[in-house]
Amino acid sequence: MTPILMRLGLPFAGAWALATVIEILAIALPVMLGVAMVIYVDRKIWASMALRRGPNVVGPFGILQSFADALKVFLQETIIPAAANKTLFLIAPIITFTVALLAWAVMPFAQGATLANINVGLLYILAISSLGVYGVVIAGWSSNSKYPFFSAMRASAQMISYEVSIGFILICVVLWAGSFNLGAIVEAQRGFGFGVINGFVCGPLLFPVWVMFLISSLAETQRAPFDLTEAESELVAGYQTEYSSMAFAMFWLGEYANVLLMCALNATLFWGGYLPPFNWAPLYLVPGVVWLIIKILGFFFLFSWIKATVPRYRYDQLMRLGWKIFLPLSLLFVVLISGYLMLIGHFA
Amino acid sequence: MIQAIAFYLFATLMIFSGAVTILARNPVHSVLWLILAFFNAAGLMVLAGAEFIAMLLVIVYVGAVAVLFLFVVMMLDIDFSELRAGFIRNAPLGVVLAVVLFVELFVGILVRSAGGLDISQAPGAGAVPDGLSNTAAIGALLYTHYLFEFEAAGMILLVAMIGAIVLTHRQRSDTRGQNVSHQVARRPEDATVNVKPEIGKGVTL
Repeated sequence: MTPILMRLGLPFAGAWALATVIEILAIALPVMLGVAMVIYVDRKIWASMALRRGPNVVGPFGILQSFADALKVFLQETIIPAAANKTLFLIAPIITFTVALLAWAVMPFAQGATLANINVGLLYILAISSLGVYGVVIAGWSSNSKYPFFSAMRASAQMISYEVSIGFILICVVLWAGSFNLGAIVEAQRGFGFGVINGFVCGPLLFPVWVMFLISSLAETQRAPFDLTEAESELVAGYQTEYSSMAFAMFWLGEYANVLLMCALNATLFWGGYLPPFNWAPLYLVPGVVWLIIKILGFFFLFSWIKATVPRYRYDQLMRLGWKIFLPLSLLFVVLISGYLMLIGHFA
Repeated sequence: MIQAIAFYLFATLMIFSGAVTILARNPVHSVLWLILAFFNAAGLMVLAGAEFIAMLLVIVYVGAVAVLFLFVVMMLDIDFSELRAGFIRNAPLGVVLAVVLFVELFVGILVRSAGGLDISQAPGAGAVPDGLSNTAAIGALLYTHYLFEFEAAGMILLVAMIGAIVLTHRQRSDTRGQNVSHQVARRPEDATVNVKPEIGKGVTL
């Protein structure tokens, strides 16, 4: 983008700044639109699995439901509890929302099409996703109300627990790809399975790792069956209890943007990202971003499916799964995978 | 030019948030300002070309350490008047600490302006390999030349962790833990009986 603008006569600094802003908008706006649509899709899938109709009034098939909701929420009054810590109360949803968008900066949408092609991309994503917990914790504490506070406690414990095993899982991927750069990780998956299948997931050592990653990403985004932070039967609405109007909407959007991000990470790290599923020339005629979107939507359907069918975990079960099962297992796979890679001389 | 602006932005914000960390009355605010200071430090690292360290700073300090701080501080039952009552008693200690820190900083800057120590490059096998990204360079040094130090540090951390767990673990006899594999292995046949009693007769179990 920068060279094009420079040819139009802009100096380098100006062209770079303008190009970056345009690229940020080109990522953030479709993501937000995607979030709005995906909320509708989630409700529709959930409804049809419960033999209901779901949203079907606003627009054809109710497709504009999310926009109607947004308008409604926008016109509502923002209520700030008298006992709340006002500044932090308002900052919390902004943090959640911002952090959910930040991580998309390093996502490769096609070969070489990344906003920030940094060589510590995966570490950047880990860093950003570890920030996500602050929005929840600050919201819970600043509300000065007991249910949000319980929810904040749960959220921080849950996210720290699962980040540990996610870290080990990512190490497995990095070992095989030999790079922290997400683009390089995707390229390492080209023809991974017998030169035919694109994606780490077809490796017998990496498939169980992916299953763990999928479950951990459910826990990390606080989706069912790990939605303990907003368990309505125990905690009213969790950390969002005291929120209303746009502040509430920002939590909502941020949450779904995070879910989309986790779907994108599943696709990018294990299912070949922007590559077509098979390493066959005609499939490459379809642009990479289309494959990526198809994979993201596929994962989103899986997430909704799980949400509609699986009962919620108990808190102690959640902790047990994270610390006693996933942590040793992922550690074992780090050892197994690095041992196997040494054996076949992968690093030579 | 833009580097200088970014540097001064990060540096000013970091010093400011560091100052507010100790000036803020509310401990939770202190932790949040501390997080901002960490963040700006990471920004400075990125400017210095150490992106790996910058990311680790955010992951480890912001993502884990500060969350635990926040976790503990949020659950504290803080009595502000009690906090302030200790001020006079601890003031001499604080003054001594401040003077020591200030003198050290001063001496450091003085030595630096006189030329500083030459510790920039290790010779031979300890030298930073050329032409690698800094993640690869750190890996190449840490797992070859500095392997012993690295593993020793790892062992010390492991021992500390086990020590902390042993010290805080307490065996309780009054709780009934769950055995998940028993629960999973339990079948309906083990727990229920199907009987067809005659009308008017009870059932003995």
